[in-house]
Amino acid sequence: MSSSILIIVFLPLAAAIIAGLGNKQLGNVPAKVITTGALFIACALSWPIFLGFLSGSAEETVVPVLKWVASGTLTFDWALRVDTLTAVMLVVVTSVSALVHLYSWGYMSEEPDQPRFFAYLSLFTFAMLMLVTADNLVQMFFGWEGVGLASYLLIGFWFRKPSASAAAIKAFVVNRVGDLGFMLGIFGTFLVFGTVSIPEILSAAPGMAGSTIGFLGMRFETMTILCLLLFIGAMGKSAQLGLHTWLPDAMEGPTPVSALIHAATMVTAGVFMVCRLSPMFEASPTAAAFVTVIGAATCFFAATIGCTQWDIKRVIAYSTCSQLGYMFFAAGVGAYGAAMFHLFTHAFFKALLFLGAGSVIHAMHHEQDMRFYGDLRKHIPTTFWAMTAGTLAITGVGIAGLVGFAGFYSKDAILEAAFGAGSASGNFAFWMGIFAALMTSFYSWRLVFLTFFGKPRWAGSEHIQHAVHGDHHDHPDEEDSGEHTDAHSAHGAAAHEGTAGYHPHESPWVMLVPLIVLSIGAVAAGFVFHHEFISEGTGEFWKGSLVFDEHLIHAMHEVPTWVKWAPFTVMALGLLTAWYGYIKNTSFPAAVAEQLGPVYTFVYRKWMFDELYHYMFVVPAFWIGKVFWKVLDIGVIDRFGPDGAAWAVAKGSTYAQKVQSGYLYSYALIMLLGLVGAISWVIAG
Amino acid sequence: MGGFPILSVMLLVPLAAAVACLFLEAKAARNLALIATLVDLALGIVLWLNFDVGGAQWQFTERLELFSGFSYALGIDGIALLLIELSVFLMPICIGASWNSIDKRVGEYMGAFLLMETLMIGVFAAQDIFLFYMFFEAGLIPMYLIIGIWGGQDRIYAAYKFFLYTLLGSVLMLVAMLYMVNVAGTTDVPTLMAYNFDPSVQTWLWLAFFASFAVKMPMWPVHTWLPAAHVQAPTAGSVILAGVLLKMGGYGFIRFSLPMFPEASAGFAPLIWGLSMAAVVITSLIALVQHDMKKLIAYSSVAHMAIVTIGLFAFNQQGLEGSMMVMLSHGLVSGALFLCVGIIYDRLHTREIDRYGGLAINMPRYALFFLLFTMASIGLPGTSGFVGEFLSLAGIYEVSTWTTLICATGIILGAAYMLYLYRRVVFGEQKNADAAAMADLDVREYLMVVPLALAVLWMGIYPESFIAPMRGDIAALEARLASAAPEGDSKVAMGAATSKDTSAHEDNAAHEGAH
Repeated sequence: MSSSILIIVFLPLAAAIIAGLGNKQLGNVPAKVITTGALFIACALSWPIFLGFLSGSAEETVVPVLKWVASGTLTFDWALRVDTLTAVMLVVVTSVSALVHLYSWGYMSEEPDQPRFFAYLSLFTFAMLMLVTADNLVQMFFGWEGVGLASYLLIGFWFRKPSASAAAIKAFVVNRVGDLGFMLGIFGTFLVFGTVSIPEILSAAPGMAGSTIGFLGMRFETMTILCLLLFIGAMGKSAQLGLHTWLPDAMEGPTPVSALIHAATMVTAGVFMVCRLSPMFEASPTAAAFVTVIGAATCFFAATIGCTQWDIKRVIAYSTCSQLGYMFFAAGVGAYGAAMFHLFTHAFFKALLFLGAGSVIHAMHHEQDMRFYGDLRKHIPTTFWAMTAGTLAITGVGIAGLVGFAGFYSKDAILEAAFGAGSASGNFAFWMGIFAALMTSFYSWRLVFLTFFGKPRWAGSEHIQHAVHGDHHDHPDEEDSGEHTDAHSAHGAAAHEGTAGYHPHESPWVMLVPLIVLSIGAVAAGFVFHHEFISEGTGEFWKGSLVFDEHLIHAMHEVPTWVKWAPFTVMALGLLTAWYGYIKNTSFPAAVAEQLGPVYTFVYRKWMFDELYHYMFVVPAFWIGKVFWKVLDIGVIDRFGPDGAAWAVAKGSTYAQKVQSGYLYSYALIMLLGLVGAISWVIAG
Repeated sequence: MGGFPILSVMLLVPLAAAVACLFLEAKAARNLALIATLVDLALGIVLWLNFDVGGAQWQFTERLELFSGFSYALGIDGIALLLIELSVFLMPICIGASWNSIDKRVGEYMGAFLLMETLMIGVFAAQDIFLFYMFFEAGLIPMYLIIGIWGGQDRIYAAYKFFLYTLLGSVLMLVAMLYMVNVAGTTDVPTLMAYNFDPSVQTWLWLAFFASFAVKMPMWPVHTWLPAAHVQAPTAGSVILAGVLLKMGGYGFIRFSLPMFPEASAGFAPLIWGLSMAAVVITSLIALVQHDMKKLIAYSSVAHMAIVTIGLFAFNQQGLEGSMMVMLSHGLVSGALFLCVGIIYDRLHTREIDRYGGLAINMPRYALFFLLFTMASIGLPGTSGFVGEFLSLAGIYEVSTWTTLICATGIILGAAYMLYLYRRVVFGEQKNADAAAMADLDVREYLMVVPLALAVLWMGIYPESFIAPMRGDIAALEARLASAAPEGDSKVAMGAATSKDTSAHEDNAAHEGAH
């Protein structure tokens, strides 16, 4: 296993370097073959490791790579750790990454910069693998920042678009706010435990309960403050309430990127971190409750926004944000296995939904506004069926106790765990989760109905108009059009009905194969693996790589019947509402929005977070910067410092002019000799 | 080394070449300067290979008694070794950066640079306090000339500002040195480092040294000479100014202030922390609003140097080693960033950020290297910037969490201003035809940026090469400071058994049973 893990992790890096440095000299096809090939090899090597843990034959391993830093007692090395938790992440990361690489052959086929794109994708995969195999907190931080870099580069891949490069910066900087917390958490952890090695910290963590630590002049419970600091990092990476604003904007990146990074893998790093450090969170009920509340609030809040957006990718982005909330509150109530299970199933069905959306966008000539879709199921049937499979999975269709799609197993388990936990925060999470499940069903089916059913509304799309009239210029600003137009008038979609003579084409097979593979995952992943991940007595599968609470699993199975049926009920309700509003009576949603008025606008404008942050942080930062510069540096320091001195010493200018003239050597010499003379005189005297 | 006076040779080679350059034609002067700096680089590598890690504290010592206790004494420990390596590494790159862009009075320019190299090595190698002072202050002169003669339009003002600031501090330092030599009866630096000055005297001695080092660093609020000097200096001047001259302040603290005046250092630590916090926040925000590329990087240097000072005044091994790593990394990275600015300045002759844009289209290789150095400046793990920043902040966390929190905001602000710069220069559409027509890196430029890029990655991935030589010296310094080190505000207190805590304990016991 030790050699295969080295290949899994470093082969994508090698591929990224070759493709990245070779770039245009290397050519499109070799770059694509090298990167995609590397990922398929990594994927092929990852599954046996996972299956080894599944069958119980594999053992936890740590492969040392290289010394990194040793400063006094603070030491950490490059090393690859493989245990059950890592193995789960390995298959998720390499499988989705390999499929996304393949899909990109088709999706990016018209791009001039393909080697760069594939190099970034492989670089991302390497960083993500370093993150999940980290044996110490600092290497985890390396991966953490590495995926941040790759995300920055990929969001800004179309760097000519101002909106793309702005979104790239936003993603990096907002993540850095979280990273600040992560970093302080690492410092605190080192201070408390004298090490940054994860296994050593985890074994010592329970013993720290009850101790206190100083922070910012006050005293706090040690484990609470450490967990909260680390969790701030997780909130940034996983786009939780407050630090979520970068994720919707990240949709500026190419759609395969959204599928890989901003749905299946990178954004789940925060959940992975909490699970990896689960014994720490278990040692602080306060921190765990905080995680639960943040997760629950995010899953509700993001779902409300998802119900109102028109951009197909933004709907899925908010859906991702919301699903991450589920994972966090599962972890918060102590059901780490369920959190990881939802991470696992979500990776498949959410990557599927994004890649499906990419296929739709591909077919619709870069149009992303669902108001200009409609009736596409007849034109792109494979994409339609794949998206349907993804939607069935995310909405959690299934029959309790019998069989269901992937999300059915994981989401129901999370809701049951929240209820079964019995705590106040658990109850809050349960009800938020139920409401969010209702909305999940609504916005997911709304997406399907708007896109694939009804009459074609393509004529209103400028992208389609360009396509029909042979004008291939892209208008970068158009993606934002939905935000800038008045929210209410947006409902007047009927005016644009018609096909405008456009013929959408199904995507090429390189794009459809990943869709089909992921569809199989979305249908079957829950049924096949639920026993290992979340059933009673499966602590053996996790082998202590996360805290597996048998009591909680037991409580999950003991929840009242209405709790078991509640997710199914709200799912059906959401489906019915979406069907009524977007198929049966299409004027209904506009009427509702009209009735809700300001509430609708508030939600549609994403709870005004962007505006709030803009006026709270961005504008003041630039204003204060100018003040510091013009007033403090130039107006005060320079004025009373060097400029004042210059004014006082009127000879300053003539003295400076001499330097320019021919006296410079004599000047330098005199200065040096004078210095030596003065010193010798003093000493001799 | 069998008594071969390698340090003296390293001083002499550039000095002799400097003199020769004054009499040579432009072409010959360039070649001679390049050869001389490369010879010094080779000697530097020999020096490093022969440095006995874990051996005697002071190695390669040379001593020549001159008059009345003043001696020509050289010798290095690991700290000095690393800074000398940084100097000799950057010098050939500086000569390369000046190859085409300097075309007037080339011989004198090269002479000034070579003299600078001698003086820089001298600063780090001197073991006599007055010898140090001479090198330290004389270093001003060539820099002053480089800015004042080969600089931009406002070069006279900038040179004057630079000179005034730095000279002011050094007068006080000279007085303090004279006093110290009188009291301790020796000019030998290692002896002085172990001498226990009376704590009451330490206070004003510390302040006198502080006046000099704070300006050199530069610390807020005596930093305003730096943006002016950088903006006006030619590219190579900026590289060496940011790369090595700024490190003299940090070196001064680590060699003089801390070991010679431990009690005073501890007493003044809150002052340093306060100024550092102010520097990080204020200069980072100023960097955000700059329109001039060099000014932006200059302000970012002030913020980075604040991370050095908090590391130094953390009084522990992580902080001290971290601050050394920040110095080394900043030497490479800010040097590289100024070089990146110089590369496009040579093509378009403007530092105005808005005149560029979309360089990723016509200069993709340049964009790649610029990205690497930007990321290193931001402190991305895997690059040199991370290791030092992380260790410094880890060090100060053990002493003051407030300082850590405020200074760590630098990682957010740093990302903001550097990426904003990168976005405006490299991303976006090509706005100006002349900027769009610029050619990508040529061979000479590759030869400058590739070594820097490799060094940045080496230091980020395997920093042990750089930490190992100084480990013993830092440990000795930490031991020297141990008695004075301030009490941390973040100490753990075990189980004050309130009822709430006990219940938490029980919870844990239950969970422990579960797995």
